Amino acid sequence: MGDLGWIFISTLLINNFVLAYFLGLCPFLGVSNKLEVSFRLGLATIFVMVVTALCAWILNTYVLIYAPYLRLISFIVVIASVVQLIEMVIKKLSPTLFRALGIFLPLITTNCAILGLAIFATNKGYGLWEGLVYALGAGMGFTLAIVLMAGIRQEVEGANEMPRLIRGFAFNLIISGILSMAFMGFAGLFSSS
Amino acid sequence: MAKEKLAYDEFMKGLWRENPVFVQVLGLCPLLAVTNSAVNGLAMGLASFFVLLGSSILVSLLKNYIPKQVRISCFIIIIATFVTVVDYSLAAAMPVIHKDLGAFIPLIVCNCLILGRMEAFASRNTLRMSVADAFGMGAGFLFALVALGAVREIFGVGELFGITLFGPNFEPWVIMILPPGGFITLGVMLLYFNWVEEKKNKIDKQLAAEDGVN
Repeated sequence: MGDLGWIFISTLLINNFVLAYFLGLCPFLGVSNKLEVSFRLGLATIFVMVVTALCAWILNTYVLIYAPYLRLISFIVVIASVVQLIEMVIKKLSPTLFRALGIFLPLITTNCAILGLAIFATNKGYGLWEGLVYALGAGMGFTLAIVLMAGIRQEVEGANEMPRLIRGFAFNLIISGILSMAFMGFAGLFSSS
Repeated sequence: MAKEKLAYDEFMKGLWRENPVFVQVLGLCPLLAVTNSAVNGLAMGLASFFVLLGSSILVSLLKNYIPKQVRISCFIIIIATFVTVVDYSLAAAMPVIHKDLGAFIPLIVCNCLILGRMEAFASRNTLRMSVADAFGMGAGFLFALVALGAVREIFGVGELFGITLFGPNFEPWVIMILPPGGFITLGVMLLYFNWVEEKKNKIDKQLAAEDGVN
């Protein structure tokens, strides 16, 4: 498998952003009560992540070599504004798509998975294509995790036998722990690392 | 005197009654990611503490000059500035810890706890109260980080702050320092807090009922 494919699989499964790096936990625990909503949130996240990777690459290559200490501030400001801009464009061009992603876009921008993606990609020294594939893998990994979580929660909340004390955050965290354990099984998938 | 009491009250509120982690469940990402040892938790807690305090002071000083419509962006830029300061000073002063915490120092920017305090408190209160609030919330977050880090370190490697606790027969519970351990430890801690809360409510109710009888 090529280098790009390796990056993709490893961010999708082995180094899953949510379950191995603890990034994007707020939406993961907060918005994962309905399967359909969390799937759409996942799609919007993939979209924002790819845009972020592009922005981060442009900033790193053309601007930040002159002023590396501005990295954090410029990442945040540029990503937030670009997402806002794209949101307006989508609203004009395709109201259907806007309704599907719409409300989530601004929320996602302040998600730590987005900034984490930009910072990790920079630290690893990824080029443009590697960065884009990395973003795609991370976004799909996030979607996978949140959809799995939403499915489990829907099933569990239908069951009435649960003690009242454990419902809510405590239980969601324990489910996440078990999911995370399951994903650790992918750790031996590649021996080349 | 009354003012002093109020400030103290704000401090205790953050530390215990409205603890940002155990009661409000905010700022989870850095909390779980770096607490595989108590030292890392302490470093992360101090870094967040400094950022929270600095940005609280600045925001409460500037609150009358920041236009309402763009306030969130202004808060984020202020927070990002302080985080950059912390990031570079930590890299210079303690390179080992900086390397351990890695990308999670810059990610303090996205800690919803800090942005939440700016929006809910510092931008609406005087400098004095904001400092008290930042001290309380920062201390509460620090407490949670160190507690979680200590539990995971004790079970996961059998050490606390790098000092070996058990004899040579201790078999480390490795999963505790890996990602799943973080989720599960915090889940159990929240469960404990729920239980304490429930018990307190029950006692309160009982007392109220007895008062009614008398």
